[in-house]
Amino acid sequence: MMIDRETRRRLFETVANRVIANVDELTDLDRAIGDGDHGTNMRRGFEAVLAAADELSAKSFGESLKGVGTTLVMKVGGASGPLYGTLLLSLGKSLADDVSREQVIEAFAAAIEAVKARGKSDAGQKTMLDVLFPVLAVLREGGEGLAARLKAAAKLAAENTIPMRAIRGRASFLGERSIGHMDPGARSSALIIGAVADVIEGVA
Amino acid sequence: MNKNVGIVIVSHSADVARGTALMVEQMVGRDVPLGWCGGDPEGGLGTNVEAIMAAIDKAWSEKGVAILVDLGGAETNSEMAIEMLPESRRSRVVVCNAPVVEGAVMAATEAASGATLEAVRRTAEELTPA
Repeated sequence: MMIDRETRRRLFETVANRVIANVDELTDLDRAIGDGDHGTNMRRGFEAVLAAADELSAKSFGESLKGVGTTLVMKVGGASGPLYGTLLLSLGKSLADDVSREQVIEAFAAAIEAVKARGKSDAGQKTMLDVLFPVLAVLREGGEGLAARLKAAAKLAAENTIPMRAIRGRASFLGERSIGHMDPGARSSALIIGAVADVIEGVA
Repeated sequence: MNKNVGIVIVSHSADVARGTALMVEQMVGRDVPLGWCGGDPEGGLGTNVEAIMAAIDKAWSEKGVAILVDLGGAETNSEMAIEMLPESRRSRVVVCNAPVVEGAVMAATEAASGATLEAVRRTAEELTPA
């Protein structure tokens, strides 16, 4: 698949707008088990991405992903800045404009490892990783209607964090009381994956 | 050139960071290069990679810099800031696993004696139960 300049711009704008449109939900989720700043932090980061979308998409796919990552690192303010930033910086290192599914799988798997290291976390701890891993599994399966299945898998995976007990992040301070709430980082990851899937579906 | 290890204080709150820096200055003196920051890029509670990088620069010493952090995001953002430094500096900055106020005072006390970065970190981390 060729990710040309126009696709890159649409990708960054769609993701940024999706996050911004759902800021209130992220804030509410984070108020329940965190410190309530995930929504505003993500809005600050993605508003900066939106403002730079045109300029960023003029660069190669790899360089533009790194640019989005750096923007999030610098602007988000919470731990989610470095976590999403690390994910994108890692993806940007290995993805070229013309990408195959195999290359995306390899790059995404490496990026998840980088996020794991940055957050000193792993699957099953009520974090964004609990969305990223199931998405990687569906990506590996491949097959018909992949984009729609990626989106559905991400949404379901975020909902599956509800009964989990938080081990990492601010929610871990709550211990048992973190059970029963969706993880805000898992939700924002599902929103981002969903937006990416929508753009891919339009391209394919 | 600074002869002592530098200390950086990173809190979610600018007030906590400034207050901690004042305590360090009063208790240890000004022989230790000191940087501090707190708050997100809009001035709310949070931490900010750009500000952390500036604080590291302010406290820079050829002997290295020890960072004291409060809650999770401060640690993650500090580690990210270290990674974004020029390569020649990266290996000479560490995040201490220690309480921010007590850790900063203990680390600065050790640093003022001319101790190495590793010794400064160890002293701060003695405050953390194993």
